Amino acid sequence: MSEQNRLKDAGAIVGIGATEFSKESGRSDLQLAIEACEAAIFEAGLEPSQIDGMVTFTAETNPEIEIAKNLSIGELSFFSRIHHGGGAACGTIQQAVMAVNAGVADYVVCYRAFNERSGHRFGTGVQDRPMAANAESAHFAWYAPPGLLTPAQWVAMFATRYMHEYGATSEDFGRIAVADRRHAANNPKAWFYNQPITLEDHQNSRWIVEPLHLLDCCQESDGGQAIVVTTPERARDLKQTPVIVRASAQGAGTDQEMMTSYYRQEMAALPEMGLIARQLWNTTGLGPRDMQAAIIYDHFTPLALPQLEEFGFCGRGEAKDFIRDGNIELGGNLPINTNGGQLGEAYIHGMNGVAEGVRLVRGTSTNQPPDVENVLVTAGTMVPTSALILGKDS
Amino acid sequence: MSIDFYDQIQKFVGLEAGTQDGHDEVNQAMIRHWVEAMGDENPVYVDAQLAAESIHGERIAPPVMLQAWVMRGLKHRPESGGSPQDDLMNVLDGAGFTSVVATNCEQEYDRMLHLGDHLRTRTIIDSISDEKQTALGTGHFLTTRVEYETLEGEPVGRMLFRILKFKPGTGRSVSTEEESPPRPLRPRPALNRDNQFWFEAAKEHRLVIQKCSDCGVLRHPPRPRCDKCGSYEHGAVEASGKGTIYSFVVIHYPQVPSFDYPLPVGLIALEEGTRLVADLTGAEASEFKIDMPVILEWQDLDPDLTLPAFRPVKL
Ligand SMILES: [Zn+2]
Repeated sequence: MSEQNRLKDAGAIVGIGATEFSKESGRSDLQLAIEACEAAIFEAGLEPSQIDGMVTFTAETNPEIEIAKNLSIGELSFFSRIHHGGGAACGTIQQAVMAVNAGVADYVVCYRAFNERSGHRFGTGVQDRPMAANAESAHFAWYAPPGLLTPAQWVAMFATRYMHEYGATSEDFGRIAVADRRHAANNPKAWFYNQPITLEDHQNSRWIVEPLHLLDCCQESDGGQAIVVTTPERARDLKQTPVIVRASAQGAGTDQEMMTSYYRQEMAALPEMGLIARQLWNTTGLGPRDMQAAIIYDHFTPLALPQLEEFGFCGRGEAKDFIRDGNIELGGNLPINTNGGQLGEAYIHGMNGVAEGVRLVRGTSTNQPPDVENVLVTAGTMVPTSALILGKDS
Repeated sequence: MSIDFYDQIQKFVGLEAGTQDGHDEVNQAMIRHWVEAMGDENPVYVDAQLAAESIHGERIAPPVMLQAWVMRGLKHRPESGGSPQDDLMNVLDGAGFTSVVATNCEQEYDRMLHLGDHLRTRTIIDSISDEKQTALGTGHFLTTRVEYETLEGEPVGRMLFRILKFKPGTGRSVSTEEESPPRPLRPRPALNRDNQFWFEAAKEHRLVIQKCSDCGVLRHPPRPRCDKCGSYEHGAVEASGKGTIYSFVVIHYPQVPSFDYPLPVGLIALEEGTRLVADLTGAEASEFKIDMPVILEWQDLDPDLTLPAFRPVKL
C-alpha cells in the first residue's frame, strides 16, 4: 500500500437518493437505477446535465449509458466499474473522489440497483449456473461439487473456524442481528420497520447452514441507491451541507479468494479489511476512538465481528466481548448500522450503508446518535473490498 | 390376459380396414414444399432438365413422401365406425386399453413415383401382439399394413404402421412409485488446464497435491506459477489421505436434489500441510468436530466425477 495516500478530505458527498426498498418493485432494474440516480441528483440541487461521471459495480446490469440517456445527462467524461460484488460499494466512492481530484469529471454519480428478490436472487449462489472454464469460474470447481454452492455456505466455513479460535457463539452473531433489527424498527424506510427481534427469536430461527441461522443471513431486496460525489470546494456551493470523504480505500489481502479464503495460515481473520484500516487511519491520522458510529457490512452476521477487530475497535478475538458489552447499541461507544443494516433495512450491496453514513454525518438518521463527527462505512467481506471514513466539513 | 380376449382380437388379423383415394395426383408444388422444408437439395426432385439426364429420365417424388400422397387432410374426416379397424379399437377400448401412441413406421417401395401418378391405399390389419408391459403401461402393439397402388391397380409400395394401445396409469413410473426418481448429477467442476489433472487423478482414486518442480512446495488449489520461487514447472504428489477437520459446515438450505441433507462439508487439513474442501461422511452431521482426525474415502459419483470424502478415523 502507498504511504502517500493523497485523498485525505479530497471528496464530498452532496446528494443521496434511493427508491423504496421492497421484495417486489414491480418495475425494471433499469427503472430503479434511473429513479435512484434522479433522486440523488435532485437532492444535490444539480441538473442532470452537470453530471459528467458515473461509477457502479461490475455486478450491475444497468449500464451507465442507459441511465445517462434516460436522465438527459448527455456526455460522460468518466465511467468506471468495481469488481467483487458487495466489496465494490465504498470503492465506487473512491473512484469518484479520484476522478474529481484528477479533473476528469466534476460531478460523479455512484449507483447500484436491482430486483435482487423478485428477479435474480444472489442467495441461490452458483447452483443454477453453468460454469465456464476461465479462472474466475473454475475457482468454484473446489466448492460446488462437494455442495458448497451459496454465499451463506461459503461464509459458514469461516464462521465455524472463527467460533473455534475465539470462543464466539451463535448468540454473539445473534446480537448483531438483534441490534440491526432494533434500528430497522425505528426506520420507516426499512423493510423490517416496526419488526424488532429478540435473541431468542434468533436462536429459534431455522438453520440455513450450521452455524448460521436464518436470522444471521441478510434479506434479499429490490431497490436502488445512488450517491453524488464532487470536490469539497464545489460541494460548498451546493444545496446540502457537504459530507466529506475523509478517506477511502480498497483492499485485497494476501492469498485472497472470492468468498473462500480458506488457505491462509490464519483463516479466522479479514486481512483485506486490516489493509483498508491501515490506509484509512494513516491517511486521516484518525483512529477507532474518533468514530462515533459505523456502518459495518452485514450480509452475514459472523463477518461483522472480525471487521470490528481489523479496524481496532477491539482486540483480535474480542469482538464478542465488545458486542456483549453493548458498544454497538444506540448509546454505546460505536452504534452500528443505524439504518437497520442489510439485515434490517435492505440489501443494496452496501450502497444503502454509504447513504446512512451520509445521514449520520448530516445528523438526519432516524436513529441519530449525538455529536457525530466521523463515521466508518465498510463494504463486502470475504471478498476484495473497500471502506470510507465520512466526516463533517470543518 | 385371458385366452378368450387374445383370441377375440386375433380374429381381426388379416381383415381389410378400408380403402382411400389420394386427394391430388403426385405434383411438383407439394414436392417443392416438402424438399424445402426438409432441406433436401437433390435436383432430381425439382429440376426437369437435370432429372431428364439422370437415370430416372424425369422428375421423381422423394420416396419417403409416399404417405403424403394419400392423407385424409384436416377436414372431411370420415365418420368412424363400421370398419374392422374401428371395431378392433372399440374392443381394445372396452378392455381398458384406451390410450394410444404411435411407435414406429416402415416403408417399402416398388418403384419411383412420377408427376401425375394418382394413388389409392388399402389398409389391412397386419398383426396384434400379446399383452406387453411397456414403460407407458400394459398394452398391445397393433400393426396395420397400408398398400399403396395407382388408381389403375399397379402396386407402388407399402407401409407398416405400428401403434401401442395401452392402459393408462399402468406404466413403470406408476407401478414402481416407491423408487425415488434418479438423482441429478452433482454440479460439474469447470475444468481447465490448471485444475484438470486433479480431477483426472481423482477418477483413478489418487488424491494429489500440486508440487513445485523446482522448490518442492506443495499447494492447493493448484495454480500455474509458484509464488515461492517463481517456477512455472510443477508436478503432483499423492497425499496419504490422512488429515484433520480444520473447519466444517452442515448445510440445511437450499436443498439441491444432487445431495442429501443435512449435508456436512469439511475443510480438511491434510497431513502434508495443504487444505481441501470435501464431503464429510461416516458419521452423523452432529458428530463432526474441528481437529477430528479423518481419513480419505473415495466416492465414484457418476462416470465423469469421482470426489474424495473424509470419514472419522475409528480410534
Ligand atoms: Zn517453487
